[in-house]
Parts: sequence; structure tokens; C-alpha cells
Amino acid sequence: MHRGLALAALLLASAPLMAAEPDAARQKSLIHLVRQDCGSCHGLTLQGGLGPALTAARLKGWNPADLAATIIQGRPGTPMPPFKGLLDEADAHWIARQLLAGFPEGR
Amino acid sequence: MPFIISTLLFALSLCLLPLTAGAEPALRGTGDLGIVIERASGSVQIVDTTRQTVLGRVQGLGDLSHASAVFSRDQRYAYVFGRDGGLSKVDLLTATLVRRITQAGNSIGGAMSQDGRLVVAQNYEPGGIKAFDSDTLALVADVPATYGTEGKRSKVVGLADLPGQRFAYALFDAGEIRITDLSDPRNPRTTAYPAGKQPYDGLVTPDGRYFIAGLFGEDGLALLDTWQPEKGVRKVLAGYGKGEAPLPVYKMPHLRGWSIAGGRAYLPAIGRHEVLVVDTRSWEEVGRIPVKSQPVFVMARPDGREVWVNFAFPDNGWVQVIDTLRNEISDTLQPGKAILHMEFTPRGEAVWISARDDNQVVIHDTASHKVIRSLQSDSPSGILFSTRAGRTGF
Repeated sequence: MHRGLALAALLLASAPLMAAEPDAARQKSLIHLVRQDCGSCHGLTLQGGLGPALTAARLKGWNPADLAATIIQGRPGTPMPPFKGLLDEADAHWIARQLLAGFPEGR
Repeated sequence: MPFIISTLLFALSLCLLPLTAGAEPALRGTGDLGIVIERASGSVQIVDTTRQTVLGRVQGLGDLSHASAVFSRDQRYAYVFGRDGGLSKVDLLTATLVRRITQAGNSIGGAMSQDGRLVVAQNYEPGGIKAFDSDTLALVADVPATYGTEGKRSKVVGLADLPGQRFAYALFDAGEIRITDLSDPRNPRTTAYPAGKQPYDGLVTPDGRYFIAGLFGEDGLALLDTWQPEKGVRKVLAGYGKGEAPLPVYKMPHLRGWSIAGGRAYLPAIGRHEVLVVDTRSWEEVGRIPVKSQPVFVMARPDGREVWVNFAFPDNGWVQVIDTLRNEISDTLQPGKAILHMEFTPRGEAVWISARDDNQVVIHDTASHKVIRSLQSDSPSGILFSTRAGRTGF
């Protein structure tokens, strides 16, 4: 019973994973945000800066859920801040998938 | 023969001054010129701060997403450091790219030597500093930021020139301040001082005496008296966070000698929405000013009467002005979308503000705080005026 509840809770918690993709306008603003504002540490070309490179080559082997969790929660002990409150789960998962596939150009 | 020489000279003078219209090139100085970094297109605009106009554009400077620049001592050339390790020498008079080298994989800025002969780059990858002949851009010295026992190299931040051809900088990964003496560039001499956790940037006071590294990994700043460095680093503003959980920092603050006004340093807190005020004689905290968000640039107007502050994403549409007599906010402005940088004219009657997402540079009068003029610019970030050439730490 408890196990069933836990499973239900897990399914609910991971529901945003299945959530619809951000719409086209939102995707455009997410691309802008990643290139310009994530870019202040990771570089406009995502080749890295104070933060590591976020190119598809560098991120090879990451799974999208872990990457999305890093975006939402940040990395304690490093300058990577949590984007919770600014990005929702669907945003973070979309960004993670784009990063792993090679992030779209902003212009 | 004399005819040929005079024709040649005339042709040369035309080459030098294409910024002026018409056949008769007018002579001009460069003391009121500057550059605006167009970060996304790899170009810089040449601007005139007296006439408040754009004179030209120089392209082909690579990835300028975290670009900065220093100026030759004669204020004719800007040396632009690009994120991609590019170092470009730009002629402000002719609006041309004179020379460009790729000196590292990932670079963050640079400094000019006291005598103007060396231009020094600070690099993330490979971590270290490199000195170049400011005339030819030939490599003169390579000083890796090696630390520990395994030959690891640290990212370098906060590079600043000191008197005596010395350079101070901090090592993000190693938690050190280092001073490298390049008075004999073939034999650089480096001394390291433990500084604290994760220095993110640094500044030297306008007299070249104190080097301060801001720390990301702890509440406090590391202060080194470069007149007596053997005394080591002293922590200032230690524990300014009062044990409270830090707020997220979506952009690292930038430190330079512009923080100093009226015997006080106005410094951005990390993870707190405050500007911290320190007495530059005792280096004790004398106040803290609550501000809109995480401060990025905290810049004193040249007369020190006001300090202008911009903020990290997502509050980067705001600018606040601090009255330094009362140490309170006197004005809150919204100059545009994504305010990335500010630069005061040499004596401070105006401030130029870059609004990246409006593709504009907005010029404000610093007495009334009103907008005087806006200039079109392609995704502008850094605005840097040639009078930096004469200032230690710029």
C-alpha cells in the first residue's frame, strides 16, 4: 500500500517530464536566456568560462534528467545557482535536451 | 622626388583619418574616444564622448561574450580581449583592426603595464597570464598559474597593474593572490599569497597600493597591501553574510578601482542584495546599503558624489544611484532591457549605459539622471573610454 502511494507520488513528481514542450515563443526566450545569461559564465558560444563548457561534446554521457535537475537545483559549492522559480521543469528538460543535441544558435 | 614624398604623406594622412568626411582630413585627438563592445557580432563601435556619436565600427574580433579592453598610453589603440583568447589591437583614429592574435583558449581580460610597453592577458584556459609587446603583440612572457603538486593550472581573475611593472591577480581554483614582477620580462618573478575560497575578481586601489580579491566561496574579501606584501592577506568584511543562506547569484560581480569614493570602498556583496561600504584607511565596515538585487557593477562617478549600481539577471533592467553623503539610494532607474555595463565620461557629466536587449547605448546626464541621447548598437556590453589609459588598475 505504502509502496503504491510512493509509486503514485513518484509518478506525479515526474509528471512534468511528460509535460508538453514549451511553446515556440517560450523556446525563443529560453534560447536567448541560455545564450546570453547562462553565457555570462558558460560563454555565449557555450565553450565555457568560469563555468564549464556546455557543448554536446562536453556533455556526452549526461542524461537529460540529471542535467535538468542541475539547472533547477544548481550545484552547491560551485557558482552554479538554482534556476528554480525562473524556470519550470518543462523549461529545464527542454534546455537539457537541446544542450545534449547541440544548442540552437540564438540569432 | 619631393613631390612624391609630399603626395605620399598626403595619402598617408588620408589613410589615418577616414573618420572625417570630405577631402580635407581634420586632425583630431583621441582623449574623448572610446569603444562599445558588440558582444554577439564580434565587433566594436568607435564612439566620441564629446559629440555623443558613433564614428565607426571594427569587425572580426571573434567571440566577445566576455570582452574587455585596455588602452595604449597615447590613447590611440584599444587592446580588446575576447572570450576565445583573441587579442585584437584596434586603432581608434582609423577605425581599423591593426593586429589580432589568438593567445589562449579562453580569456577573460587584461591589463597594461605602468610604462605602457606590455599588454598582459589573464586566461582561464590555459590558466595563467601572458605578456605581449604592446606595439607588435609579440609574446614576451608566459606565466602559468600552476598550483598544487600535480601541475594543475588555475583560472586567473582580477588582473591589475601595479607600479614597478608588477601585476596582481587571483587564482579562482587555488584560492591565492599572486604578484608577478615583469620588470625583467624574460625572468618573471612570482610570489603567491593564500587568499581564501574561490576568488572571482579583483581590484587595485587607484594609487596602486591595495589589491582586493572578492571571494565567492566565503563571506569576505582578501586584502593585500602591495607596499608590504610580506605581511600577507588580511580578510576584510569577514562574515558579512551573518550566517544567513546566500541568495542565488546569476552573474558574478565585477570589481575595479571605480569602487573607491571619498575614502570609502563600495563593494558588491555576494549572495546578498547589498552594497558594502568600507573605510579605506581602517578597512573596517562602515555601512551597508540595501539595493534592488545582486549588484554587478558598483561604480563611483569620478567625483565620488554618487555610486551607480546595476544588477544580475533577472533584475538587469534596473540601475540604482547611491548618494555617498547619506549612503542611501537616491534614485532608481530603468534605462532599458539587460543593462550590462556603465562608463562615466572622464569627468563624469554623463554616464553611458549599455542596454543589450534594446540594442542601445543610453546616455544619461549625471546631474539630472535624465536621458540625453540613445545610440544604436548591436547587443552592446562593455563601454570603455580611452581615458582609462592613464589610470592604474584599468
